[in-house]
Amino acid sequence: MNLYANNLTYKLDNEFHLNDISFNFKKGNLYTILGRTLSGKTTLLKTIAGLINPDSGEIQFEEKEFSKIPVWDRNIAMVYQQFINYPHLTVYENVSFPLKQRKIDKEKIKNDVDEALKTVGLIGFENRKIQELSGGQQQRVALARSLAKKAKILLLDEPLVNLDYKLREQLREEFKRIFSRGFAEDTILIYSTTDPQEVMELNGEVMVLDEGKVLQTGPAKEIFENPKNLKVAEISNDPPMNIINGTKINEKINVETININLPNHLSKLENKNYCFGIRASEIKLSNKGEEFVVELAEISGSETLLHLKRGKTKIIVLIEEVMNFKINEKVKIEFNSNKFYVFGDDGKLISSPYGENNG
Amino acid sequence: MYKLYTFLKYSFVTLWTMFVVAPFLWALSTSFKDFQSVNSKVTYIPWIDYQPSLEGWKVLIKSPAKGGVDIVEPYFNSIFVTCTASIISIILGTLAAYALSRFTFKAGFVRNNDITFFFISQRIMPPIVLSIPFFIFLSTIGLLDSLIGLVVVYIVLLMPIAVWIMVDFFNRVPKELDETALIDGCNPYQAFYKVVLPNSIPGLIVAGMFCIIFGWIDFFFAFILTFTEVQLLPVKVVALNSSVTPWWSLSASALVSVAPLIIVAFIVERYLSKGNLSGALK
Repeated sequence: MNLYANNLTYKLDNEFHLNDISFNFKKGNLYTILGRTLSGKTTLLKTIAGLINPDSGEIQFEEKEFSKIPVWDRNIAMVYQQFINYPHLTVYENVSFPLKQRKIDKEKIKNDVDEALKTVGLIGFENRKIQELSGGQQQRVALARSLAKKAKILLLDEPLVNLDYKLREQLREEFKRIFSRGFAEDTILIYSTTDPQEVMELNGEVMVLDEGKVLQTGPAKEIFENPKNLKVAEISNDPPMNIINGTKINEKINVETININLPNHLSKLENKNYCFGIRASEIKLSNKGEEFVVELAEISGSETLLHLKRGKTKIIVLIEEVMNFKINEKVKIEFNSNKFYVFGDDGKLISSPYGENNG
Repeated sequence: MYKLYTFLKYSFVTLWTMFVVAPFLWALSTSFKDFQSVNSKVTYIPWIDYQPSLEGWKVLIKSPAKGGVDIVEPYFNSIFVTCTASIISIILGTLAAYALSRFTFKAGFVRNNDITFFFISQRIMPPIVLSIPFFIFLSTIGLLDSLIGLVVVYIVLLMPIAVWIMVDFFNRVPKELDETALIDGCNPYQAFYKVVLPNSIPGLIVAGMFCIIFGWIDFFFAFILTFTEVQLLPVKVVALNSSVTPWWSLSASALVSVAPLIIVAFIVERYLSKGNLSGALK
């Protein structure tokens, strides 16, 4: 009773949108697809929905070949990143549309619609027109429509990306609440996003996608702790992980003209050039630290993102308070070397601060 | 500053309104005049400057035997031909436009844009180029001088307008809307008439309006393709003219023939300004 795909490939204008993708999604689970824009997330979801026919490969659902079933007979639901609803219908009519299409009796439709509207918190809006709602509410209607259907596969394609910051936070919380309620017992939930934080919060199985290729799969924690290579580390961190070229010499790591004491977890490393990765939040301002020059300081919400430079090395530091810096000002920072990742020349992870490398 | 702006704005609107309304007022007053009051001196105000008469209007419904022109039958012919041709054009044009907007066609070097251009190119030709082919075509199939023949010709003329407007309109309706309908259990036909069509009403109204206007005002083909059996209004109005220009009955017939367009314009305006149609789709 799984959604199973084998070697899905889809090419458009000689460019791979899906490149040899295989997966086996089990019922009752949440799967997140993490990837940057144009990495093939939407194409993959549309392929599952049946809106795109892959050039090769197969999809099976419940032991049935999916490609032979037309879109309208597959029991699926999808929420788009644009707020797609039926503008000529009211909220209630929107949510009941797929149910009416199945010719279920009226009483049951009313129950299901009410339940779905309650889940997304839109009780009292039944008779509103779609254009009278805010973006967040419109996206809730779309979500309610897909929930009311009780589809076996629920596809969410970057549902929060077009909302403003505040609403996004709020809806994300609600998503967690809705999805954790066990409603998904016999549903496969597939959620695509560009935002690593969403992936961590939803805490499902993750598939990291780049240029139509699967880079890594595994639980969210696994992706966070052991990104297989530099690309995954880049995609799964926001702000992106700092990658610093350095050399290990005996008990020191040499970066530019800085010497950093070798942390314990790297003691077995050979003396060589490596790419060291460190998250922006693991670098702190400190008087004892090394001097860098401020290139840019961004304040977002209650945080400050500091872009620093020394020689050829550029790093980003995340400070959890609002601070003002002048451009070209000199600041001193300290690396939390216990949180160093080590990647080889080929970009593969050699060592992670969270335990043994996974090859 | 703001007062000056308001003053200029309303002055302009007033001037423009006069410019637009004046010909109608002129036609209205002329239609009630007789030979004397038109030709002797400048007259404006009824009962004082001139004695109103209904002669100009009576001519329009009198039979030719009694010296009238009888535009009643051509009038209904025109309504029939315009409406039938417009409705068929809208139906066929909308279907064609939807296909051109949503599906990809390949035939040799021909692509969607080429097909769209082919439709529109029918209107680029001067109508006179088409007159001889149409004449031969209609006489071959025996529809010369008949209402059906005119409907066929007008469909050829009006459908490109419908296709042109509707392709543009459908291109602005997000494809995701159709896809959502498919996902929600509609087959492609249901997706079209349950979801896409109800959201395209503004486009349909605009296309319909253009079809009606272009169909209604056509003189050229109505003149060439009809003789005695069937006549359309524009031809009949022109036929009013004789050695002595009958300004009164010309004015009356002009007013009668623009009346349907004015009614259409009012209905459309009411409908479009409801506001719940424009901007329905982001």
